[in-house]
Amino acid sequence: MDLNTVLQILDSAVRLMTPLLLACLAGLYSERAGVFDIGLEGKMLMAAFSAATVAALTGNVWLGAMAGLLGALLLAAVHGIASITFRGNQLISGVAINFLASGLTVLLGQKIFGLGGRTPSLTPGAELETQVTPFRAWLSGTTGPDTAAALTATPRFGEITLPLAETLRGVPVIGPLYAEVISGHTILVYVAFLMVPLTWWVLYRTRFGLRLRAVGENPASVDTAGVSVTRLRFAAVAIAGLLCGLAGAYLATGLSAGFVKEMTAGRGFIALAALIFAKWRPWGALGATFLFGLLEAVANRYPNLDLGVITVPSMFMNALPYILTVIILAGFVGRAIPPRAGGEPYVKER
Amino acid sequence: MSLTKTLLAGVALTALTGTAALAEPALIFDLGGKFDKSFNEAAYMGAKRWADETGGTYKELEMQSEAQREQALRRLAETGANPIVMTGFAFGDVLNQVAPDYPDTKFAIIDMVVEQPNVQSVVFTEEQGSYLAGIMAAMASKSGTVGFIGGMDIPLIHKFECGFAQGFKAAKPDGKVLINYTGTTPAAWNDPVKGGELAKAQISQGADVIYAAAGGTGIGILQAAADEGILSVGVDSNQNHLHPGKVLTSMVKRVDNAVYDAFKNGVEPGVKVLDLKAEGVDVAIDDNNKALVTPEMQAAVDEARAKIAGGEIAVHDYMTDNACPVQ
Repeated sequence: MDLNTVLQILDSAVRLMTPLLLACLAGLYSERAGVFDIGLEGKMLMAAFSAATVAALTGNVWLGAMAGLLGALLLAAVHGIASITFRGNQLISGVAINFLASGLTVLLGQKIFGLGGRTPSLTPGAELETQVTPFRAWLSGTTGPDTAAALTATPRFGEITLPLAETLRGVPVIGPLYAEVISGHTILVYVAFLMVPLTWWVLYRTRFGLRLRAVGENPASVDTAGVSVTRLRFAAVAIAGLLCGLAGAYLATGLSAGFVKEMTAGRGFIALAALIFAKWRPWGALGATFLFGLLEAVANRYPNLDLGVITVPSMFMNALPYILTVIILAGFVGRAIPPRAGGEPYVKER
Repeated sequence: MSLTKTLLAGVALTALTGTAALAEPALIFDLGGKFDKSFNEAAYMGAKRWADETGGTYKELEMQSEAQREQALRRLAETGANPIVMTGFAFGDVLNQVAPDYPDTKFAIIDMVVEQPNVQSVVFTEEQGSYLAGIMAAMASKSGTVGFIGGMDIPLIHKFECGFAQGFKAAKPDGKVLINYTGTTPAAWNDPVKGGELAKAQISQGADVIYAAAGGTGIGILQAAADEGILSVGVDSNQNHLHPGKVLTSMVKRVDNAVYDAFKNGVEPGVKVLDLKAEGVDVAIDDNNKALVTPEMQAAVDEARAKIAGGEIAVHDYMTDNACPVQ
């Protein structure tokens, strides 16, 4: 295995871990505030669908991403109202969201595009042109044809080449690492990575973060201090929605070009596993999702990994995240202790 | 008393006429979904062609989960639909149990052999069509490395893989075929992100033509190939139009013809093999990929097609012994 192969695998791992990382951080906010969220999958799916739909209709990926955020936020609001306001069971609400998203995306997709729940491919071509034409015509009426053409020309997130990537390529090890692995991703990847220190800072260095963590451990004490438990939990659930929105938008408009039904393919659940693996900590989330992404990238590259003594099939590599999570949960490697008030709706004492 | 009798007679009559009116064909799609741009969509096109030509109506049902199969089959059989056509190997076991309970209903299953007196099994010789695709890939490849990405890891998809590898090796004995499968669960048919990532992994290993036999996952594979500027080969339906000029060809499996025939001419119990000779499989060449197909490529494909039809080339079928002679 040469350096180039290693770099390609790392590059692939970065792409694969990004949706997991965003979803994992979403779960982190929600669960740290005491609201279990197994609806990550559904919110991601909804976001992927709304992002792809609006990007296909307007030809503008930024409007698409906004729609993605909005779509996930809407489902987050459902989760919040069901489990915070009405004190319903958080797990059931999450399951309901997954089912709702799974059905609603296909139904709406079929209604809008008539392609059986798939959205048109977000690459320049006849399929997309017919969708964008009405919006472009309307836009050119308000802003002029040139602006309209420019605004509707990017239906998909492009890869960003970071400054100096080509100049530094000659530098041994670091150069190719910078050019191959760090540079050349879509903007959402960089946003996802910036979210990690930001989350750490918010949770451990701000008043909001302290209260958020407290509300997940002992909501009664927060309430006694005169801070609204409901408002804090709603804020956390909304942040989770936005992060899921980014993850979904990345899947549909960054990694692939369009929505296909059930395209999240269980990533929301792997993100939950990563959250447990990370013991509900931001930097841990980075490590866990990187590990899971790396495992998938290696499995993709080597369907049968030959380790000399034994051959590891890709199925084992794909199952490894779950196996590791079970090991962590069983308490063999440190202990994963969830937030103490997680899963319990808060009822004010009278 | 007489009122009850009249009512009962009325009910019975309605039931009878109901059954008679409902004796329409039915089509069940597998988990990939009706509009997968591939296997199930081909079946849909066949049913649609029949409906357009005859003005008839048919019932259709899309599977949403594994657990629905038996329920769906029984429900359709009880409403009097006849014949009932289902797409996909996964119906095999269920049909084997259900078919004896409805001896008057005719069933047709595509991609699987079920031995029951009222079942027609339609199988395709995917290895032959894939063999032709393999030849084209070998001639289009500059690096000498091509890729195969399958959906769910099942013997049927290995059949595609094995035929493709045989065709490729026949034209380029020292070339290399990279092989990946998306997964081992039905979710593997609908994961374009993973498909794209697998394609990128193969591209970084030098593959410059990738054959996608992966249902909805294939959309991601074809996309990644087009993004990276290499060629891809579509499957089941003609997928050349998805990325004009970037899809070398599509290994079409005339599932539409199979469904159309079953609807139009009824179902003849037994095994029906749709091979290259019967135009059950082929490689698609149309306006979208004409520029990619060189005259030599066309000649090589025509030659191989004639030889396979004439029995001079015997393409090995993976499913006969679960092994592939070339690797």
